[in-house]
This record gives sequence, structure tokens and C-alpha cells, in this order.
Amino acid sequence: MNNKNVPTNIVLAGLGGQGVIRAANILAEAAFIAGCDVKQSEIHGMSQRGGSVSSDVRFGECVLSPMVPTGQADYLMVLHPTQVENNLYQLKEGGVLLSTRNLIGEGGDMTVLDIDDTPLTSRNFNVGLIGLLSTHLSFSDDVWHEAVRRHLPKKVHEENIAAFAYGKTLVK
Amino acid sequence: MEPKERQLLSGNEAVALAALHMGVALGTGYPGTPSTEILERFSSIGGKAQWAPNEKVALEVGVGTAWANARALVTMKHVGVNVAADPFFTMAYTGVKGGLVLVSADDPGMASSQNEQDNRRYAKAAGLVMLEPADAQESYDMTRLAFELSEEYAIPVILRMTTRVCHSKAIIHAGLPAIPEREAHFDRDATRYVMVPGYARPAHRRLRDKLKRIGQYSEGAPINFAVPGDKSLGIVTSGVCYLHVREAFPEASVFKVGMSYPLPIEKIREFAGSVDRCLVVEEGDPCLVESLRTEGILCEGKDEMYRFGELNVPRIRRIVARDTSPEAPAAKGKPPQLCQGCPHRMAFSVLKKYDCIIMGDIGCYTLSVMAPFESMDSCLCMGASITAGLGMRHALPDAEARRVVSILGDSTFMHSGLTGLAEMVYNPPKTGHIVIILDNGTTAMTGMQEHPGTGRTLDHQATGKIVFEEVARAMGVTNVVVTEGPPDFDKAVREALSKEELTLIIMRRVCRLAETKIAAYELAAGRCQ
Repeated sequence: MNNKNVPTNIVLAGLGGQGVIRAANILAEAAFIAGCDVKQSEIHGMSQRGGSVSSDVRFGECVLSPMVPTGQADYLMVLHPTQVENNLYQLKEGGVLLSTRNLIGEGGDMTVLDIDDTPLTSRNFNVGLIGLLSTHLSFSDDVWHEAVRRHLPKKVHEENIAAFAYGKTLVK
Repeated sequence: MEPKERQLLSGNEAVALAALHMGVALGTGYPGTPSTEILERFSSIGGKAQWAPNEKVALEVGVGTAWANARALVTMKHVGVNVAADPFFTMAYTGVKGGLVLVSADDPGMASSQNEQDNRRYAKAAGLVMLEPADAQESYDMTRLAFELSEEYAIPVILRMTTRVCHSKAIIHAGLPAIPEREAHFDRDATRYVMVPGYARPAHRRLRDKLKRIGQYSEGAPINFAVPGDKSLGIVTSGVCYLHVREAFPEASVFKVGMSYPLPIEKIREFAGSVDRCLVVEEGDPCLVESLRTEGILCEGKDEMYRFGELNVPRIRRIVARDTSPEAPAAKGKPPQLCQGCPHRMAFSVLKKYDCIIMGDIGCYTLSVMAPFESMDSCLCMGASITAGLGMRHALPDAEARRVVSILGDSTFMHSGLTGLAEMVYNPPKTGHIVIILDNGTTAMTGMQEHPGTGRTLDHQATGKIVFEEVARAMGVTNVVVTEGPPDFDKAVREALSKEELTLIIMRRVCRLAETKIAAYELAAGRCQ
């Protein structure tokens, strides 16, 4: 992670109904539980109608603006293949893109996830991608599990914690 | 809840918590992004909250509660204040007894609105106190302060938030509850509460005197503060821009305005005089810079290009650098659209087939302007579908006038449609008129809120229900048709277009996103659908 004065910047993006905001809530909650300063910001006015949705999560010693400055995302996590291109400008040079396998080219630091060959489903792959993201961050599994539990109904806890664990195995 | 406990809350959630801690007797408002979650949260943590048919009603209910010596919270989006503007201006004269706080949630950049009006103008226009939080902690603290000031100076206080404050989560430390121990009670005082000219003239003078005293408070208020720094650059700012500024220019001297009306003019004058270059960084209109210049404070504003949209760290760097080169165009995302499977989608195919001139309104159905329908001809403000349609019918040649239809949703009809129906019955165009209500049984666009036509309260309990077809018939609309599917609807439209009659067509099918929930509420209420 970054030094004390520079927060870690993460942008999550996708389409309405995919669980972008939920994933951002889980990520922000993990940073909160871990004792970081954290800010989370989103534009979700009409997201329920299938439009583009994105959320910024920033954490560290001290976070000021709730918005990730343009082109300064350390990590860009995109839940829908059509939403990669229009969000790439958020990623800083050398930043990490995490997305689903799709129509775009693979290269650089991009990690892709093909949910067809995995135990993940369209309902929990956002948590699977959070698992993959977690391998880049320093929060303990206990912290992540607690964050998942706080943001999902009890009956899907087990399924999502399994999705999280699976996501962690996808490191290249 | 433990005091001083660390919590991760959005600005909206922080306002709700502060309202609970201040013993707010009633929260009321009309749903509107980005304000909606405040009352929903307030209700879910134990506050008494209710949706009003519209913002004017909500504000008047809040004023009455405050006149009765109880605390009221009223919430709405920025354009909602336009609807509530009538009581808004005169409540500044009457003042209040219990605290009255009005949240105006502005939407710079228009994430989900029809305009980006800057409601800081309203505080100055009416003479009402306005506080502007930057984040969730300030939203909590300033909500509490707003109730204290409202009671100390007997004046309503506006908490002006923006989308980035409402919908951004941050860590907050809440205080201890401070619930007033007193009974609600009304003391008659016609000179204060009856605004006839004879009482309103002295009331206006009282208001200006009060604002002078609040101006003195503002000069010493801790929410208006200077952050000392490098003297070569001094930035005066407010709201969320304060955080962007601190991040973009950590070395600069900064003056944070927490009370945007009345302003701490002398304190800002002193700050401006202490720096080599004084720059005002504000989102939206140049309100702050204009006020400072009027007071003779030498300061620089932003270029006109930064009036539009939200500010952020990179844009503020450009403002400071006086960079007016064209900005990179915003990345094009996928626009929202009418849900696949929405039972109301077909209405637009039908109207298009009959080559109607479609006077639209505010709600999900506004999205019919997008492909594949591209079938809405206007969208101005809540309720204007009916009335603007009537105006067109009066002016257009008969053959064209007959094609004009007005279309709006159930919640919008409750909000501002009834007076439009009255106008239609009272001043009927000679070709008649057709109003269509797409009744999906919820305020869908803002996230499935209840309204008087659903017959359920904010927390989904059974209550009185307004039945549109009965109201329309009672008001004198002669041709009222209720339809539930494409063949019925098509037939009703076709027949209405061939008559010169005042027609209301109600297309009634529950929102697909809400239907499971609505069925559960109705079951719990012991009613069947």
C-alpha cells in the first residue's frame, strides 16, 4: 500500500443491478474495520435503470476529497466488459485493472476472471472480484469476512465467503 | 448506540442520526435524488417520518410542527425548493418556535436532475440562515447546530447539501442525544403568525434585524474558519470543495465558509487581506464571489467554464492555474433506460404509432426519450405534462391540437397533477384533451417510495388511499378509462383521439422492480391486491 499521506484509490464500475455499490460498500467497510480513514463516493441516481454506475473508495491515514482524482486510481475493478473502456481513464500509470473475461484485449497488469469456469455466479462474482482485489491489499481475512457479513443477508454469507476465497486463488 | 463510537455513514445517514439525537418530532419531505435516503434512514432508526404529496405540503407541515414548539426536519432535492418557495419566503417573516431545518439537496453536474440550480441563492433571496456541510461529520454536526440556531434565533435554517455530500460515506463520531424536554404547545400570536400587510411589515423588519444579529454570530462561528498556510495563495471555499481544495493545495491558506448566509464578511475580509492572491473556489454559480465583491473584498473568481458540473481535485488545480483550455470530454457511459419487461414500455410504442405530440413529465418514463422509443416531446417540471399540454391544445390548429397527449406517473400526478386536472375541467381546450397516468403503484425512479395513491405510509403501513379515477370523475372529467394491458390501452387511446372530450386514461400495472415488495406489504396490511 501507499505511504501515509497518499490514500489508496480504488474505482469500482459496472452497470446498474450488478452489485457495484454493494462491492464498494464491502470494500469501504473492510477499510473501516481495519481502522483506516475511509471515504466512499458514488453516483447512483438512475442506476436501477441499467445505466453505468461507479463508486470511488479511498482509504489510508487521512482521506480528504471523497472522489478519486482523475487518472489516479491504483485499482480499477470493472464488473461488466462493456464498462472497461469508458473507465480506463481513471487508472493511473502502472495501476491494476481487475475485470471479467470479455471482449477486450488482455495485457499489462490486467487480471481477468472468466466466471463460466468457476463456482462464481452473477449474484456473487462481485465478491469474487473483491477476493482477487484483497490479494493486493493488507487487510486480514477476518476483516474481509466481517465486511461481507455486514453487507449481505445471513442466508448468503457462506456462499459469498466461498466466492471471496475463490477470488483469492485467481492471482496470476 | 455508544457516544463517540466511530461510524461509517453517508451524509444523508448522518443527517438522519443527528435529527434523531435532536429529538425531531416529525420528518417530512418528497422523494428526490440525492435527498431521499434521509427520511428513510430517520424512519428506520426510530424517527417519525412521512412522505408528503409534494414539497410545498411537506414544508408547510414542517412549519406547523415548528409553530407548535416541536422540532421538524423537511427534506427535498433542489428543484423541490421551487415547489415549496411560497411558504419558504414567508416563513422567514413568521419565524418558528421549535427548530425547523430544511435540507436542500442540490445536484451540481445533474447526476439525476433536470437542472443544476444553485440553491445558495434562495437563502439570500428569502433571508434564511444556510449552513453547508463538506462531509458526513459536518452533516451530523451542522444538523445539530441548525436546530440550535433555529431555536435561538426563531428562524428556519437551510442545510444545503450536494450529491457528493449526500452520497459520500465517511467516518463520523456522533455526540450524545440532546432531546428537548418540553411539551408541544401553541401560543396564539397573530402579529407573528398572521401575515397580513399590517403584521408583515414589522415582521420584515424583525427578520432583517435577526439576520444582522446572526451575521454577528457568523463572524465568530467556529464553522467559519481559516486554515493558516502559505500566504502566496489564499482560497475561500465551502461545502465539499473545501476537501478538494485541501487535497489539491495542502500548503495554501484556506478559508472554509460553513455558514453561507449570513456570511462572516469581516472575517473573510481579514483573510483576503492577509494573502497575496485571494481566490474563491465554489461549485455552481459565482454566489460567494459576488457577495464578497459587493462588500468590497478584493478577490478572484473562477472562469465561467467551471460554473458547469461538479468540481474535483483536477478541476480545482486548473482553476488555480487559470487554465481555460478545453477540458477532456467526460467518458461516455451507458445511459439508463426503461427496464426490459416494464409493463408501461408499450405505452410509448402506442403513442408513437398514433403520431401523438407527447407532453411528458418527471419519472422513469422520461427515459422514453432515449432509444428505442425516442418518443417524448417535453419534460419541464413535476406536473407540467398536463398544463403545458393544455396550453399547446389552446394554441395549435385543431388538427395538430388533437394529437397532443399529456403523460405522467402516479406519484407525479399526486405531486402536481390535481391542479392540472382542475385547469383542464375549468378551461377545456375546444378539441378536448387526453391525460394518461402510467400508474405503477410506486415512486419508482427515486427507489420505490410510497405516496398517497399507494395507500401506504413511508414505512409501508396501510393508510388512506387516493383513487385517481374517482377523483377525476368527481372533478368533472367526463371520460375516465382504466386499462391494464396493451390491447385495452391501445383501444382507449385510439378512441380518445377520435373524440373531442376531456379524457383520463389510467394504465395500471405494478412496477416490476417493486411488485414482490408491494405484494408483501399488502399481505402484511391484510389487504389483497
